[in-house]
Amino acid sequence: MAYQTAHNAPAGGKPAFYVTDGHEHVHAGDSTPLGFWVYLMSDCLIFAVLFATYGVLGRSYAAGPTGADLFDLSLVAINTAMLLFSSITYGFAMLAMEKGKKSAVLLWLGITGLFGLAFLGIELYEFHHLIHVGATPQRSAFLSAFFALVGTHGLHVTAGIIWLVTLMFQVRQRGLIAENRRRLMCLSMFWHFLDVVWIGVFSFVYLMGVLQ
Amino acid sequence: MTINPAEQTSFLFGRLTLEALPLHEPILVATFGAVVLGGLALVAALTYFKLWGYLWREWLTSVDHKRIGIMYIILALIMLLRGFADAIMMRLQQAIAFNGSEGYLPPHHYDQIFTAHGVIMIFFVAMPLVTGLMNLVVPLQIGARDVAFPFLNNFSFWMTAGGAVLVMMSLFIGEFAQTGWLAYAPLSGSDYSPWVGVDYYIWSLQVAGVGTLLSGVNLLATIVKMRAPGMTLMKMPVFTWTALCTNALIVASFPVLTAVLALLSLDRYVGTNFFTNDLGGNPMMYVNLIWIWGHPEVYILILPAFGVFSEVVSTFCRKRLFGYTSMVYATVVITILSYIVWLHHFFTMGSGASVNAFFGITTMIISIPTGAKIFNWLFTMYRGRIRYEVPMMWTVGFMLTFVVGGMTGVMLAVPPADFQFHNTLFLIAHFHNVIIGGVVFGMFAGIVYWFPKAFGYRLDPFWGKVSFWCWLIGFWVAFMPLYVLGLMGVTRRVSRFEDPSLQIWFIIAACGAGIIALGIAAFLMQLFVSFLKRDQLRDVTGDPWDGRTLEWSTSSPPPAYNFAFTPVIHSHDAWWDMKQRGHERPLQGYHPIHMPKNTGAGIILAGLSVAMGFALVWHIWWLVALTFVASIAGTIIHSFNYNRDFYIPAEEVAQTEGSRTRLLAGE
Amino acid sequence: MPRKILRLLALAPLALLLSGCKLVVMNPSGDVAVQQRDLIVASTVLMLLIIVPVMLLTVFFAWRYRQSNTKATYDPEWHHSTRLEVIIWAAPLAIIIVLGAMTWVSTHLLDPYRPLDRIDADRPVAEGTQPLLVEVVAMDWKWLFIYPEQGIATVNELAAPVDRPITFHITATSVMNALSIPAMAGMVYAMPGMQTKLHAVINKPGVYDGLSGNYSGAGFSDMRFKFHGLSNAEFDSWVENARASGNTLGRPEYLELERPSTREPVRRFASVAPDLYHAILNRCVDSAQMCMDEMMRVDARGSLGHAGTYNVATREGRDNGERGRGPAQTYVLAICTTSDPYGTRQTAAAEPTQQVN
Repeated sequence: MAYQTAHNAPAGGKPAFYVTDGHEHVHAGDSTPLGFWVYLMSDCLIFAVLFATYGVLGRSYAAGPTGADLFDLSLVAINTAMLLFSSITYGFAMLAMEKGKKSAVLLWLGITGLFGLAFLGIELYEFHHLIHVGATPQRSAFLSAFFALVGTHGLHVTAGIIWLVTLMFQVRQRGLIAENRRRLMCLSMFWHFLDVVWIGVFSFVYLMGVLQ
Repeated sequence: MTINPAEQTSFLFGRLTLEALPLHEPILVATFGAVVLGGLALVAALTYFKLWGYLWREWLTSVDHKRIGIMYIILALIMLLRGFADAIMMRLQQAIAFNGSEGYLPPHHYDQIFTAHGVIMIFFVAMPLVTGLMNLVVPLQIGARDVAFPFLNNFSFWMTAGGAVLVMMSLFIGEFAQTGWLAYAPLSGSDYSPWVGVDYYIWSLQVAGVGTLLSGVNLLATIVKMRAPGMTLMKMPVFTWTALCTNALIVASFPVLTAVLALLSLDRYVGTNFFTNDLGGNPMMYVNLIWIWGHPEVYILILPAFGVFSEVVSTFCRKRLFGYTSMVYATVVITILSYIVWLHHFFTMGSGASVNAFFGITTMIISIPTGAKIFNWLFTMYRGRIRYEVPMMWTVGFMLTFVVGGMTGVMLAVPPADFQFHNTLFLIAHFHNVIIGGVVFGMFAGIVYWFPKAFGYRLDPFWGKVSFWCWLIGFWVAFMPLYVLGLMGVTRRVSRFEDPSLQIWFIIAACGAGIIALGIAAFLMQLFVSFLKRDQLRDVTGDPWDGRTLEWSTSSPPPAYNFAFTPVIHSHDAWWDMKQRGHERPLQGYHPIHMPKNTGAGIILAGLSVAMGFALVWHIWWLVALTFVASIAGTIIHSFNYNRDFYIPAEEVAQTEGSRTRLLAGE
Repeated sequence: MPRKILRLLALAPLALLLSGCKLVVMNPSGDVAVQQRDLIVASTVLMLLIIVPVMLLTVFFAWRYRQSNTKATYDPEWHHSTRLEVIIWAAPLAIIIVLGAMTWVSTHLLDPYRPLDRIDADRPVAEGTQPLLVEVVAMDWKWLFIYPEQGIATVNELAAPVDRPITFHITATSVMNALSIPAMAGMVYAMPGMQTKLHAVINKPGVYDGLSGNYSGAGFSDMRFKFHGLSNAEFDSWVENARASGNTLGRPEYLELERPSTREPVRRFASVAPDLYHAILNRCVDSAQMCMDEMMRVDARGSLGHAGTYNVATREGRDNGERGRGPAQTYVLAICTTSDPYGTRQTAAAEPTQQVN
């Protein structure tokens, strides 16, 4: 609206039809937060489908093992803690970024990555254990849906870690320039998004699976 | 040909063997020969005229939304020829397979053809046409210099093209799916479709789906964030409004397709049990999920067509669009309602009466805003001065054709009636009635309407009219018999018939398809003749139709930066308003313009995706691993490129604008 | 006037064509399909109320406001009229309200799961009438009809007495199909491991076309059968005829029949294993495989724990002819019980509490 008042200059009675002062009214990167949000919402829909699938198939054990037979809640609780901690440390990285402290950003990103790796390691251990006892994704529709949902989340975390490492190199190389700050913000949204999804997985799959 | 996927796998080629090449199919060998010869001729011509560099620099790596839009439309037209060849083959088969005759297509071929026809027409003709037009027009209509994410736009196009390449590969290497265009499980599972057909289906749609989704995100962000000053939402042109709604629909529905196809591929590759018959799988879930995407998809296609008609009707009636506000609300209502109707595609599955009735009634409710739109176009014509240029003819043809399709659609929405119509040729006639009569007519109207904007000369009206009349008449001749056949209880996807009384209707329908073929030929002729006569048809004003929206305010074709000065909007027909109030084009005071740089990353990454899709289809695991790692590495390398934009110097802008000024002055 | 006559003449071949063809949907022989036809006609007429004026107005405006007609009013700024806008939203709304009410009522009345309460418009179903039960199995690529009451079964031939309500229980062996007999009633899907239902009646004696309404693979085009509407006496002799065939349909014969084949000739079976349909529906004709109802009971009680994990076996993949052979299939093994030590007789009464695993 500012433009309209600025350019409605009624000098000759005619309103202005062009921005002539050379100021670009949009800048590269202006749309990135919105675009990334929209992408995240679409990703959220993929998880919605996987949750819905789990909702439909979650009790189809095909006379095989159930969640109560398989899940080790204490292990999953540790796992959840890893991811929650990583979100906090990412938050610290963002605070450091606001203050322009490059090495602190790198440090906190590194810690976040380690927590993420710990999460992935525990998840892989859990998968390995399940497959070892015969609870493979092929055994029943319940297990198919379980592995698909948890596995997709795990793949997202993996992608997040690759992105995080890449970004650490880029921050080190070029510092906290506008592009890198934008990227850090996008990854921040992505990382917290995965945290939120995991809370859904933890409550809906593990807790309800064990409690049923 | 017997294929046993359990045997014959090698490390190097997976399950790809020489037997996968259809060397024993004369039709395919001839087609392949023609494609190779044509391809060689093209390569030779490009080399001879030394066009490779130009092609690479100016088109393939271009991030200019106009060029990407044009490439989308070219892709769609090429795929239209393939999809239409499938249609003609089906029509011929059904017209002759009577009295014990098998026709000329055994089920193995016929079933691939109807599947490929559906997949190609929806994903690789209708979608690229819609996306192409939106790309070409939307930034111009909102007074922007490009889309929000220009590189992503290029990448999206190449992913869409990559999906098309995979579909075309299946013609000559292996087979395509024999499942119908939505590949219902369990038929599409590995138990019943063990070979490569369904895998080609999955990976071509997944590759193209990435492109569609990203382009949806891109255009959505563009429309929300990059409108010129003064263009509030309720001052946006209607085509931009429909583009906004369509892209919202894309973003909110394509992930569902991605997820459901991923689950299907897990069933096929890993042996999971999502949609299998045994071990707890649930095939009905597949049908539900695929239609949760599939129904919004229909509106993704039709909404932009509605947008085109809105622009065309007000331009050629030389009158403001009647009921702009109600048009916008109608579009939004359709967008929202399209999510709660999916079950009407399978009333016959045995959901309870209340569920069926609910989805039937929500479906009918969609006809209310759609009806309101038709009335709005009608009353735009009222007290107008209608010029019958080709786009307007498509529009009137659409209005007369589409209402019939709308009517039969509502008939299909009444569940007990649908029990009779479901999966019959009545249904086929209905959706071709709305897709040809709505989407295709709309896209042709749009192409003819905006062609001068894209290329600087108009399309030859004579061949345009021939094309229009062939399409219109051909459509009615081809599909009215299908309504009749549906009432005779004939189901879809049948390749041979017993009842001789049906044959005459199939013969009429085949004639109709022939007339449509003439329509397509006339359209190609129109492009060719117009190119030859381009100097006669040249438009120097940039505004050949006396248009109303911003795209007509710049030159044709527009410069790379679209607008030397960003326009300021005061009314919803912004350009009309500027003309009415005697705007003056600023002739000096140019500034350098910030623009994105072209990049080859999009085509390279998409190429890797195609290779990965191919390797996955044929179980060539080393190539899967290699292309996967390469595409991740490629993405990371691309992210290290910070040098993505440049400034067009003010002198260059001044020069470009100066030559336009001289043209406008008639020098 | 001669122009009008010419136009009528041009329409004559069309009328001839239409009268020559059998519009079975518009001319059905069963009460359900008759009601569906009436609904189709009513909804069409209702919509024509608005479609016809729209089409006429389109043509009229398109002609009247052409550029060359300078006598017509031209009002470039006229773009809004509240009254008109109310009408253009209200008119379709009114029609959809009527149609929506019709839809709600008719969807419930003509729900295929709802037992019939009338034989035709004039005759209600008499108290205590037992409908004829037919169990339908869509197979690759043929139809199996089991008559539990009569104890017979047929392949690719269906018969029923005129004016007696029929209850179809429908399932499939491998992929989705749809049972479709347009002259009698609309179609309902046939799905593996699931049962759908259809209630219908045929009012006129005759031979009608039956087919599959949902594409199911290579042999789909040939999934046709004839449906015979017979008098009671004729039906009885048709049943006798089947009984006289001497063929029996037990599990081994069924497994033989289950293999994919096209254009199966009509076959009749004098007797059917009593639990065969239950086994087909629950995917345990091969008695080594656990029945689905059994499996659901087990799952509902919290499954078999880790012990159940390895209670599976594999068999050879399905042979799809030229479309290749599928991968080996895994299935859950039937559980043996004390009353059924080899796990061969999984019946609905089996109690999972008796498992010894």
